[in-house]
Amino acid sequence: MDRLYADALDIEWLAGSVHLSRAHFIRSFRDTFGETPHRYLQRRRIERAMALLRDTDRSVTEICFDVGFASLGTFSRTFRDVLGESPSGYRRQRAQGEPRPYIPGCIEMTWDRPPSGTFGEDSTGGRA
Amino acid sequence: MINAISHSLLWVFDQDEALDFYVGKLGFDIHTDAQLEHMRFLTVNAPGQPDREVMLMLPKPPAVDESNAEAVRDIVAKGNGGGGLIVTTDDCRADYERLVAKGVEFTEEPTERFYGIDCAMRDPFGNPVRMTQPAADPSPPA
Repeated sequence: MDRLYADALDIEWLAGSVHLSRAHFIRSFRDTFGETPHRYLQRRRIERAMALLRDTDRSVTEICFDVGFASLGTFSRTFRDVLGESPSGYRRQRAQGEPRPYIPGCIEMTWDRPPSGTFGEDSTGGRA
Repeated sequence: MINAISHSLLWVFDQDEALDFYVGKLGFDIHTDAQLEHMRFLTVNAPGQPDREVMLMLPKPPAVDESNAEAVRDIVAKGNGGGGLIVTTDDCRADYERLVAKGVEFTEEPTERFYGIDCAMRDPFGNPVRMTQPAADPSPPA
């Protein structure tokens, strides 16, 4: 999921790739990582979208598809849920701030992605 | 081809305390100290070696979930964290005295070895740091 986050990953395919049923895969994943595969993937995609908004001139629509969202509506809604602002608002605000230092990509992707608990519908941080 | 190690990682439990130790006591330089969206990215380097950064990272979500963070703190505190540094000095005994006076906890006093003189300390979190004054002409025992 980390590597293929921008692909159209569906849950059946993910479960099949590790030879588990859909329900068992979701349960095992949540027990191990404290959140559902869907939530994990969304956080990965939002983090990459944040990076592209900061570091590139690509349009919000292009970035939405770059990181694997199928609709601009879902992308914008999810982004706002997590960060409390729209993708273009985020870009505008970050463009005014201090320039960002060089951060190795793996660190950025692992440590600087939205925490699980930032999603509006789940304030427990996952493994409650 | 691969030609250098540029970054390595140490687990710390408090980044200000880590700075106090690595910068305030050992004399490292701050390389990068930046508040990002969800983390403070903090790296230090030995004086004069800015191309070799040590990242002082907190084991915490979202990178490390709470139960694993607790496990990391536990093994690091016991000295089994797997991280650590070996640094060189031009005067092991003098640096040892200086650091003892600053309250650094040593696990080994300066000792003569075939490769030089060295001693060992712990950082405030349990990571081992070894300080070696290399011998001018090291000759391994036959």
